[in-house]
Amino acid sequence: MARVVVDVMLKPEILDPQGQAVQRALPRLGFEGIADVRQGKRFELEVDGPVDDAALARIRELAESFLANTVIEDFTVKVEEEKVEAGK
Amino acid sequence: MTARIGVVTFPGSLDDRDTQRAIRLAGAEPVALWHKDKDLKQVDAVVLPGGFSYGDYLRAGAISRFSPVMETVIEQAKSGMPVLGICNGFQILTEAHLLPGGMLGNDHLHFICRDQKLRVENADTAWTADYEAGQEIHIPLKNMDGRYVADTYTLDRLEAEGRVVFRYLDVNPNGSLRDIAGITNEAGNVVGLMPHPEHATEPLIGTGRTDGLPFFTSILKKLVNA
Repeated sequence: MARVVVDVMLKPEILDPQGQAVQRALPRLGFEGIADVRQGKRFELEVDGPVDDAALARIRELAESFLANTVIEDFTVKVEEEKVEAGK
Repeated sequence: MTARIGVVTFPGSLDDRDTQRAIRLAGAEPVALWHKDKDLKQVDAVVLPGGFSYGDYLRAGAISRFSPVMETVIEQAKSGMPVLGICNGFQILTEAHLLPGGMLGNDHLHFICRDQKLRVENADTAWTADYEAGQEIHIPLKNMDGRYVADTYTLDRLEAEGRVVFRYLDVNPNGSLRDIAGITNEAGNVVGLMPHPEHATEPLIGTGRTDGLPFFTSILKKLVNA
């Protein structure tokens, strides 16, 4: 089973107050030197069967029409062939 | 002979009953519509009420926009049926691309509930004919995702075409660009705004004024005289 990841971010010109709130908390936590933070959404789609061009095209359509509102957001679609063990 | 005005109930709608009441107070006949039902029951106009349909999951209005009733509402709105979106209804209208731009979380990240002063900028839409352009009104505002955003080109175009229908006065309560509280489509039949006119239709409740009632009398006159 392959995983397709859709990342959705507010367009760069749109104010992101959540990201700003995170960024403002960083010095208090001892993190210096981070100039900007923007917060987005990540969707992990577990796909039955092969992720061929047709499947990817359908997922792009889904991302464009539903997962993202392209009036205010940008999105990227990428395939994760193997599951990566996080943090090891 | 009066006008039939539909009010859609989505899972998570809050103000559908208040909206029906406001329609009745104005002298029209409110008709309850259900989100799963494509049938609009021969109504002459539709109101999408406030609330948190589908819990605002994904984005406010994003899931409701694909509900069966919206298929018909979108189709009919494009052929001229008057549609009013209040708060969550406004969010649904932008998600459905019946109105340009989008709605995001308030810039201060808090829920807001206040009596809001507005200026009526356009009194020529189906829903605002009983106001006068430039009139100042007080309407309750209560929302989490009330920040209207659009690109500069869209904002300039809305201004140039007189499609900003309401603007916030004194305080911009949510960071909406150019103080925009409500807009209309090119034809003027679709209007969306964040404040809640249905909560300002009786002296006893809301702001103690009836500044919201003209929305419902405007549409009634338009439909009856049509």
